[in-house]
Amino acid sequence: MHDGQAPFAAAAGPTLSDDSLQLRADVLVLGGGPSGTWAAWTAAQSGARVVLADKGYCGTSGATAPSGTGVWYVQPDPQAREEARASREAMGGFLADRRWMDRVLDQTHENVDRLAAWGYPFPTDDAGESYRRSLQGPEYMRLMRKRVKAAGVTVLDHSPALELLTDDGEVVGAAGINRQTGLRWQARAGAVVIATGGCAFLSRALGCNVLTGDGGLFAAEVGAELSGMEFSNAYGLAPAFASVTKSAFYRFATFYYADGRPIEGAGSARGRSVIAKTLLTEPVFACLDQVPPHVRESLRAAQPNFFLPFDRRGIDPLTQKFPVTLRLEGTVRGTGGIRIVNEDCGTSVPGLYAAGDAATRELICGGFTGGGSHNAAWAMSSGYWAGQGAAAHAKALGERASSRAGQPAGRATLRPDSDARTLDPEAVIRAVQDEVFPYDRNLFRTERGMSESLERLDGVWREVQSRPVQNAHHVLRGREAAAMTAVARFMYTSARMRTETRGMHKHLDHPAQDPAQQHRLISRGLDEITVSRENIHNSSLQPVAATV
Amino acid sequence: MIELISDTRCVACDVCVKVCPTNVFDKVEDAPPVIARQADCQTCFMCELYCPTDALFVSPEADNPQTVHEDELAARGTLGSYRAAVGWGQGRNPTARIDASYRVLALVAAPEPPPRKPQPAQEQA
Repeated sequence: MHDGQAPFAAAAGPTLSDDSLQLRADVLVLGGGPSGTWAAWTAAQSGARVVLADKGYCGTSGATAPSGTGVWYVQPDPQAREEARASREAMGGFLADRRWMDRVLDQTHENVDRLAAWGYPFPTDDAGESYRRSLQGPEYMRLMRKRVKAAGVTVLDHSPALELLTDDGEVVGAAGINRQTGLRWQARAGAVVIATGGCAFLSRALGCNVLTGDGGLFAAEVGAELSGMEFSNAYGLAPAFASVTKSAFYRFATFYYADGRPIEGAGSARGRSVIAKTLLTEPVFACLDQVPPHVRESLRAAQPNFFLPFDRRGIDPLTQKFPVTLRLEGTVRGTGGIRIVNEDCGTSVPGLYAAGDAATRELICGGFTGGGSHNAAWAMSSGYWAGQGAAAHAKALGERASSRAGQPAGRATLRPDSDARTLDPEAVIRAVQDEVFPYDRNLFRTERGMSESLERLDGVWREVQSRPVQNAHHVLRGREAAAMTAVARFMYTSARMRTETRGMHKHLDHPAQDPAQQHRLISRGLDEITVSRENIHNSSLQPVAATV
Repeated sequence: MIELISDTRCVACDVCVKVCPTNVFDKVEDAPPVIARQADCQTCFMCELYCPTDALFVSPEADNPQTVHEDELAARGTLGSYRAAVGWGQGRNPTARIDASYRVLALVAAPEPPPRKPQPAQEQA
């Protein structure tokens, strides 16, 4: 996928400045996608001073902005809600929690209605009703940026965090850089919300290259736990040449070998493994030749960007065959992430909150999400609660909220034990991709494959205990490389512990679901990763007072 | 990936530098920006969407740089075509308003038919 030629060589960036921008806030939000903007808006509504720092540009950053997404928006009708809760429980391996589903359904309904009140241009369906189960990414995120700014949030674009700051076991802020100017920044805050998204390992899946698992690394560095990291091997279907991993319409596709014979058993949902297996040895072609005639015209109006790569290549995907591939979407469409310990989306470390794809989505999906709709609902709901919880935490701290000094918690690539070597982040990234991209390693897992990958990834982890060239581009790339390495190790370490097949985790040595393993897997640590079991009935749905 | 900043169309407003989520462009004093880190382009088309003069072209090829010719792209109406499809820009209405997902998503969510040998699409009365 990556040919390693120019212009892929090391790129330039501004030299890092010795000066730094000093900020104080009640709540600091890292990440400006759906969950980050909802967190920032909600915290600001509670009267908190809020800073939001995004690696890219709040409004275009993340998997949602360039795409479009269904939303798990269900009317508060008992039967409709019951069907919604039940719909994916089996696919998720029965690891979700119905009380969390109820909360998310309620909060999502409220938030989506708020979007309508803010002027999001929802369409009117054939029955004359406002249809609120689909959001166009560019429109949604442009609106969220506007609302966040109107609420008084200080937005820092192109300002990736590099690490958290801690004081006496609590998270008290974060530090980062402006990657366009090289200026450092440091923000002291009463609470920090990690909303940095999942990790797609720079696979160029649509909108996913800002999503390198940074938040998972930050969280692990301060001792927070992750959950469900074995559910991290989602692959998105796309034209082989393109980035547009929008899988919904492939429901209408037939898949073919190069010679035009249809591939038996191949399909976009349940038949995706057949596609992956075929791709291991030969190209796979698709044609959306099963689109019902009455919706043909509607496809383009539903997903304008789905057609963009085809239009520009001169392909009619409804009548012509085109090559397809599966791009790794990792934990972006997986369900694993930072463990949530209470109903405010707090983590196991005081002062640290997690939302969106950075957090575990097992609470509503278990081990599988069939697409964007649950993730979108989770992002806006968890963001809302995290923003609210972080603001309350800061308020309780009073004057101390933004005055604690804090020690930087980052290690890998920032404060190595030795400066004997210079880190080449691109080499690290390729090494990690070699372990996580191949379908016969990550989609189809075996004990042997995972243990071999982990051995090599442990070597890569030792490699990132060195420092890159000190310009903004390489320093950021170094941290991304370290985060990807950490996520890959969390993934396979957790996956080895799940000696069964459940949710999206397919273990070829253990192809059946094992009733004795209906639990969640919690992971922690960096140099040494340990994994423990959590009973699903020992729920994280606890009032905040009980955990402070 | 991003392939073109048209010198004739670009007004050097640097909005692409600002909105690119992967920081592909660099500003240039009193001139159009440059594509400084093409390999970092994630082919998300957001720069095209925000460009007020349709001066940018993102090729659909996500992994491999291409050679493109501005005249051909302009003649085919490709420049600015995505912005028009989304309904952004002066005198346009966001096409989110006519998002027809409600006609499609119900079908998509329906259980997938059992894998079978495909037949020609059957028209039903």
